[in-house]
Amino acid sequence: MTVTVNIEAALKHMTEELRPSLAREPFMIGIYTGGTWVAEHLHRALGLKEPLGTLDISFYRDDFTRIGMNPQVKVSNLPVNVEGRHVILVDDVLHTGRTIRAAMNEIFDYGRPASVLLAVLIERPGRELPIEAGVVGQHMKLGKHQHVKLTGPEKLELKVQEVSG
Amino acid sequence: MTDDLQFDGQGHLRHLLTIEGLSRQTILEILDIAESFITVGEREIKKVPLARGKTVVNLFFESSTRTRTTFEIAAKRLSADVINLNVSASSTSKGETLLDTIRNLEAMHTDLFVVRHSESGAAHLIARHVPSHVHIINAGDGRHAHPTQALLDVFTIRRHKGAFDKLKIAIVGDILHSRVARSQIHALTTLGVAELRVIAPKTLLPTAVEKLGVRAFTNMEDGLEGVDVVMMLRLQRERMQGGHIPSEQEYFNLYGLTPAKLDFAAKDAIVMHPGPMNRGLEIDSAVADGAQSVILPQVTYGIAVRMAVMALIMGGHAEPVAGRRKE
Amino acid sequence: MSLHIKGGRLIDPANKTDGKKDLYIDDEGFVVGVGKAPDGFKPSGTLDVTGKIVCPGLVDLRARLREPGLEYKATIESELRAAVAAGITTLSCPPDSNPVIETPAMAQMIQSRAWRFGLTFIHPLGALTRGLEGKLLADMEALDDAGCVGFTNGFEPVKDTLVMRRALEYAATFDLTVFLHAEDPWLRNGGCVHEGEVGTRLGLPGIPEAAETVGVARDLALIEQTGCRAHFCNLSSARAVAMIAEAQKQGLPVSADVTAHHLHLTEHDIGFFNTQCHVRPPLRSQRDRDGLRQALKNGVLGAICSDHQPHEPDAKLAPFAESEPGISALETLLPLTLKLVDEKLVSLPEAIALLTWRPADILGVDTGRLDLGATADICVFDPEAHWILTEDKLASRGHNTPFLNWEFRGRVTHTLIGGNLVYELK
Repeated sequence: MTVTVNIEAALKHMTEELRPSLAREPFMIGIYTGGTWVAEHLHRALGLKEPLGTLDISFYRDDFTRIGMNPQVKVSNLPVNVEGRHVILVDDVLHTGRTIRAAMNEIFDYGRPASVLLAVLIERPGRELPIEAGVVGQHMKLGKHQHVKLTGPEKLELKVQEVSG
Repeated sequence: MTDDLQFDGQGHLRHLLTIEGLSRQTILEILDIAESFITVGEREIKKVPLARGKTVVNLFFESSTRTRTTFEIAAKRLSADVINLNVSASSTSKGETLLDTIRNLEAMHTDLFVVRHSESGAAHLIARHVPSHVHIINAGDGRHAHPTQALLDVFTIRRHKGAFDKLKIAIVGDILHSRVARSQIHALTTLGVAELRVIAPKTLLPTAVEKLGVRAFTNMEDGLEGVDVVMMLRLQRERMQGGHIPSEQEYFNLYGLTPAKLDFAAKDAIVMHPGPMNRGLEIDSAVADGAQSVILPQVTYGIAVRMAVMALIMGGHAEPVAGRRKE
Repeated sequence: MSLHIKGGRLIDPANKTDGKKDLYIDDEGFVVGVGKAPDGFKPSGTLDVTGKIVCPGLVDLRARLREPGLEYKATIESELRAAVAAGITTLSCPPDSNPVIETPAMAQMIQSRAWRFGLTFIHPLGALTRGLEGKLLADMEALDDAGCVGFTNGFEPVKDTLVMRRALEYAATFDLTVFLHAEDPWLRNGGCVHEGEVGTRLGLPGIPEAAETVGVARDLALIEQTGCRAHFCNLSSARAVAMIAEAQKQGLPVSADVTAHHLHLTEHDIGFFNTQCHVRPPLRSQRDRDGLRQALKNGVLGAICSDHQPHEPDAKLAPFAESEPGISALETLLPLTLKLVDEKLVSLPEAIALLTWRPADILGVDTGRLDLGATADICVFDPEAHWILTEDKLASRGHNTPFLNWEFRGRVTHTLIGGNLVYELK
């Protein structure tokens, strides 16, 4: 089921919400894969000069002992030193909060940022950790057995799936 | 038989004992995971928390500072706790059997043993007798296998030479006694290289070596003709006493890699060596330190490859719920 | 107790017997009737063996009983019980116990130990050289008087060719048979597998075929020189048996045997370091196995033996080269031989001959045949019984066999020694 969320509008909304933070010369980091697509749009729209950072959180997941290595691990690339910087962390969907927890642990292994602002395209209920986004493109009300996924990268689309268990 | 032992019931890698029985896909999977670990080594904090809380024991019945150190670094970069046991000095000399040593250690709740032993088949024996939650990595058993060395070697080749199917590769040296050579041969034939050659005097070539899928050469110039990768093996000085070769001088003249001999290989051929090198015996310093040598990078790659193997083996294997890998 | 064994198919190759013939045994344990009862014979008991095969008790040319010296592996009692469960009523044991069988007292001790149990007869081999060290000759005549049926240096060949010549000459003086494990110790070079593709892949030190052929060549030359009667034990390569065949053709007094396992297994059965397949001499190539089978068919190899070597579990729970060689083989001697019949290599009477009168002849003992007046040492087996060898079925103390979980056709049901039923399958 493709959902009628106006992604264009959501991205525009996020861009405007983020504009004030440009004063602090933020460094933007997108979380693979959906987060980097969203971050690329924001990065362009905000005209950020420094390259975009990309993060693969596979090594920091908390379910490694259960599901093990993902051979499709991509390489995390932070071209800028995060020490003392204001980081804008971008992801496509905020759900349980575990991905963001892993992402923050990884960022802190690179250095100590001055602050981290979380910007997500979609925020939906189901938090399992005390994590909230500072900037949200769109809130979605989804049930426990519904899962939303961003597809791309050319044409960004949101797909909602029913999952068992 | 290896398939049963190295893999669990669901076909996931449980132990790494030998390259034999690993599919091309599994080998490439390990190389891909190793790629991602390279960048970890380039960061300030060279650790990831993947194996936090796990205990890795380096069980070396045959001493080796180099290999043990790289396994230790690899395990620590995965945030595992590492214990080094140099058993050559202790229990076995008191007559404790190999299996008793393992059982005692298991009682200390070890997740992974990295084992090096002077006898072929030691790692297999251990793997047959540990409970299902314990993993074994073979760091070298007698003359039989040294799978992580072969994996880091093929990782090096892929990084510096790209696709395997067009490559001509030569392994030079004491093939007869070399576990590294045997593992390299299995890995390269499984990956489908264009041609694999071994170069050595007859006294250092094992019987029926062609059956492993290689062409045997006793003349080094002929063997190196047009080769893209030259893999040198270390010659142990005891081979002179064993009567395999008459003298170091003769060996160096005929089988030592000098710039003149390297000229017979392709212009952009790379030179590899598992280390430690006997300069002036199997390899000339000019070549070891020359532009075509990738010997130093091999060491760095070795850490990433061993991290990849440990991560793959120690990780759980439940299927992620559909689509929920990114929550 | 006199006995009538009725209803079985009697196969006694020495007497060229093969057919439905009952056996009649008197109360002193001798055969008094074959096919028909002697006049006025009234047996006290009857053994109904309808559907089964009755043959002379099996003769095993070589079995190690581990006593004295290695009782933690097995004892004379445990292994003789295994022998009768396997239908074996006579066996020969090598002198490499601890102490070595090099004195008449030792030779007599082993025989009387066995006699006490009333089970399989033991005919020991005596030491060829003192301490089996290959330097000084042992007291062969005295040992012969004390019951040794032949002389051997065990696994370690006599290295010094001059000593070997003298030993063969001395044995020839008294018409004694020498049992040889022909091998060149330098070419053997501490190897533990056949030098071939499996050894190469597994990185295990190999024993080249040449180690055996060089040893055989040396020994054949000395046998020709000295005229000593010799028996080559445990040949493993096709080339070596070809050399034996040639020597036999030239009239040299040489015989040879092969183990049941060498007729079935090859180097490939070692798989990934299966120590149960660590044997000495090693399992060689398929070409060698085929050569051994042909030589058996052609009569060059005169007997099949078990080369029984029971071990405690730890002996095999070590890396391959450090494990001890040897198979606990008494109980697979007959089943593996019957497999050769199933595979149409030899006929059933030929197979039984290779386990009865032919090894008896090599040992020079009067057994392996059921003539009138012979001691009633008898093996009865069910040729159609299908069974799987599992650990719980092994009577031997040693469970070291690569044949666990093999399916066999043919199983011993009764064994008699001197007319006494010493074993019955429950």
